[in-house]
Amino acid sequence: MRIDGKGRIDRSKKISFRFDGFEYKGFSGDTLASALMGSGVRVMGRSFKYHRPRGVLTAGSEEPNALVTVRSGARTDPNTRATTQELYDGLEAVSQNRWPSLGFDLLAMNNLAAPFLGAGFYYKTFMWPKAFWERVYEPFIRRAAGLGALSGEPVDEHYEKAFAFCDVLVIGGGPAGLMAALTAGRVGANVILCNEDSEFGGNLLSEDEKIDGQDGAFWARSVIDELRAMPNVRLMARTTVTGAYDQGTFGALERVSQHVADPAGAPVECFWRIAAQRAVLCAGALERPIAFRDNDRPGVMLAGAARAYLNRWGVTPGQSVAVFANNDAAHKTARDMAAAGLHVAALIDSRTDARPGADVPFHAGAQVTRAFGSKGLEAIAVRAADGHEERFHVDALAVSGGWNPSLHLTCHTGARPVWDDDIAAFVPRPEAVPGLTVAGAARGIFDTSGCLRDGAEAGRAAAEALGLKARLPDLPDAEDAPYRIRRLWAVPGKGRAWLDFQNDVTVKDVQQAARENYRSVEHMKRYTTQGMATDQGKSSNVAALAILADATGRDIPETGTTTFRPPYHPIAIAAMGAGAQGVGFAPQRFTTSHKASVERGAPMIEAGLWYRPSYFPRPGETTWRQSCDREVAMVRETVGICDVSTLGKIDLQGADVGAFLDFVYCNTFSTLKPGRVRYGLMLREDGHVMDDGTTARLSDNQWVMTTTTAAAGEVMMHLEWVHQAFCREMDVRFISVTEQWAQFAVAGPKSRDLLNGLLDAPIDDAAFPFMQCGPVSVMGVAARLFRISFSGEHAYELAVPSRYGDSLFRELLARAEAMEGGAYGMEALNVLRIEKGHITHSEIHGRTTAFDIGFARMVSAKKDCIGKVMAARPGLQDAAREQLVGLRPVKAQARLLAGGHLFRPDEAPVRENDQGYITSVGFSPTLGEARALGFLQNGRARHGEEVKMVDHMRGVETLCEVCDPVAFDSDGGRLRG
Amino acid sequence: MRIPCPICGTRDRREFTYKGAAVLLDRPSPEADAASWDAYLHLRDNPAGRTRDLWFHDAGCAAWLVVERDTISHEIFGAELLDAD
Repeated sequence: MRIDGKGRIDRSKKISFRFDGFEYKGFSGDTLASALMGSGVRVMGRSFKYHRPRGVLTAGSEEPNALVTVRSGARTDPNTRATTQELYDGLEAVSQNRWPSLGFDLLAMNNLAAPFLGAGFYYKTFMWPKAFWERVYEPFIRRAAGLGALSGEPVDEHYEKAFAFCDVLVIGGGPAGLMAALTAGRVGANVILCNEDSEFGGNLLSEDEKIDGQDGAFWARSVIDELRAMPNVRLMARTTVTGAYDQGTFGALERVSQHVADPAGAPVECFWRIAAQRAVLCAGALERPIAFRDNDRPGVMLAGAARAYLNRWGVTPGQSVAVFANNDAAHKTARDMAAAGLHVAALIDSRTDARPGADVPFHAGAQVTRAFGSKGLEAIAVRAADGHEERFHVDALAVSGGWNPSLHLTCHTGARPVWDDDIAAFVPRPEAVPGLTVAGAARGIFDTSGCLRDGAEAGRAAAEALGLKARLPDLPDAEDAPYRIRRLWAVPGKGRAWLDFQNDVTVKDVQQAARENYRSVEHMKRYTTQGMATDQGKSSNVAALAILADATGRDIPETGTTTFRPPYHPIAIAAMGAGAQGVGFAPQRFTTSHKASVERGAPMIEAGLWYRPSYFPRPGETTWRQSCDREVAMVRETVGICDVSTLGKIDLQGADVGAFLDFVYCNTFSTLKPGRVRYGLMLREDGHVMDDGTTARLSDNQWVMTTTTAAAGEVMMHLEWVHQAFCREMDVRFISVTEQWAQFAVAGPKSRDLLNGLLDAPIDDAAFPFMQCGPVSVMGVAARLFRISFSGEHAYELAVPSRYGDSLFRELLARAEAMEGGAYGMEALNVLRIEKGHITHSEIHGRTTAFDIGFARMVSAKKDCIGKVMAARPGLQDAAREQLVGLRPVKAQARLLAGGHLFRPDEAPVRENDQGYITSVGFSPTLGEARALGFLQNGRARHGEEVKMVDHMRGVETLCEVCDPVAFDSDGGRLRG
Repeated sequence: MRIPCPICGTRDRREFTYKGAAVLLDRPSPEADAASWDAYLHLRDNPAGRTRDLWFHDAGCAAWLVVERDTISHEIFGAELLDAD
């Protein structure tokens, strides 16, 4: 309920929201948790396994209990912590893991079955019969246990990712972080200050505390005002630094618009990658509870959280409260509660020598042994120092088992924390992450004065490490009470004492794990599920491992911690993958003819990042095969146009290009004359084929190489490697010009006629024989012409600067169509090259050699080249290797399928008898039958033999005849003619 | 992870492509025996500690670099061009 006159909320701004269908009111500045508490709502969730009613435990992102689902439909956001969800008008939230309702949950019967559902129950109970796991047990467990559910609909909200760079990254905007940012910012360092909370100030917002005589939160605001005025300081509120990575890289999640009703176009969240020269971790500390019987009753919460709800939001979990602690700091809760006019029934401190920090009934050396009440706390049992038990009727209990420094980020690159017996907690290992220092409560300094000084010193050290001259600012006066604690993890006694509220792990579960020999903390975690799920055991891990240490007779440092891994708290996949949904998954590369191709109805297919036309349908054509067959016939009979710009084009210049090419290609290029083009085969150093293509010598010192579309990037990297590693003395420079030139194949018997109508000066066979290249002028535009052919026809490739690509493509199409020709797409291109036995990466797929594809003689004996030595290995020259062959079906209509394997006709189609496989298939309208390329053992010597193709996947078996890969115009008369 | 490119300055790892140990620079002569070529192509140490390996700055200046780093601490000691003799 609300406490008049308390809190930093704006009571002039009322906000309406709904929880489980009921309407409530809160105030501007509320979180969902504080507003529900202000409205008297105690149960905010049901537990994971036993469906026990649970209330809010904390006031921050470490919350294990108060997880709700906000929004609906495609915008459903499950497992939202009510403690960090800021209230806005119209917010809709529903509770999770209950059926039919939060108040009455039928699955709470799991709670009655608790004796069977203890640690390891999955592994013990659901083992037999084996077949039941998938059909019965798992579906049941999935329905009965769990947290919130996704909507199952595609995300229709907008997420972002972004990059930032700074000199000093300050993580956490509490007293230490503010001083660190101030100190580094004042001397000109570029500072980013990330603060998880919506407001800066950290603990100062939650405490009734003075700094330099003024309200702590007010002081924090004055520091923020100064920082905001500095152009070199960037303040990032609602931003959690989620991970520390190598070389000063950090991940951070900014909640951009989850706190407003209308995002107005802003993303929901933004995932940041921040590169920082230095970092200062001022993430504060997290309080931990003490375990005792039924300590999970709604109304039992952490003492610091109770203070935060009171001082920051003006709400209390109850009117009659008690405080149970093992340290001095928690006494402030009793003090503040009493000062706010609440009835503080008891301040219970487990230390016999404790002194009261508040004027309330005080019980030193006492312990709370049990909580009563099911859907909300009604009473507690207290065992006094002398052993007698007393019952107190309270509706709220604030518990503190001490504080754990938030050192998570210091462990993300592999370091382990160090146990500090004085504060009974782990502290960061110094220098755990290079360049990152830790200040304030994050390294176990718990008084405000100490945090201010430590933060300032860390800020100065960071600035000085960057070469800036920094001095400490004047340190304000602040609270400096020492932190005194004596360990208490769990109160001994019967019943279930809860450690991990989110996963329903009890003290007994941990002890049972130890008894069953899960003594390693990592094994205990997995056996009991301690520390899993969204909160990752932030408030329970240390107590659990202390109990494990006790149960195994070891001390805490020896027992150690589980591994801290990023992220610090959950991150939506949508944020990490922002921009990568749908078409954003990969960049799209479009050719200059893309628009014209789409206008003609060509379906586009992906070729790497490129999009290329599959075929160009004409009226009356209803299947792709009809279009493809027509386009093939068109190229064979008249003229076809095809955009080949996606092939890699590399411009090489220098006096030594010929020698360089001799080294990267297995055949010789230095003998190529200017104006001539040669086919080249490139090997990997292991002797297998890497890529092929043509290279043209434009002049003495300028060459242009083409690569396949698929290997363009790989070849470019390879050339850089060979040049920089082995040929740096050569006079060679090269650059990719793939994007700079639009290049079109003009193929078919009428190709020269078409060109002669277009070029400013006509060509003839004498000036432009097969494999010739040279400059030409196309309607006044300087262009390059290559007489090369992938289709096997008399053909050319015409290249113009990309800005002319669209208009040239349209011009070529118009002229081709006037000659009964037209555009052809990838399907026809593929059939044309299969008819000619030309290879693509289907054949040179990384496991084939020059020998395999029948090009062994191309490997020049006169020079060294990449891959030459290893290509000569005996195993790569063996006649029994699978060699490139052509295949045709013996029965005309039988199917050939790429991926089918080859067997002798009389042998069983099993692996031991495998003789090869098919790589490419097409129906050849020219030959009137299907044609395939493939690899067959000793295939070159077996032309005319019959083999059996078996496609086990599709259940197809076809008898084939082995033939020459070149099925059409084997003497090449057409391309030379 | 960030790599200090001698040409471009320190850049995010995603601008680079990894190739392998820097022993790939020591290409045997064509006359070398089969064992040398086998070792060159296939045999690699797997050190826990300092390594020298090859990275290509493909989203940057296209320089091949030898990066010296520690496989345990992930510290990067430096990066140099292949011709920095």
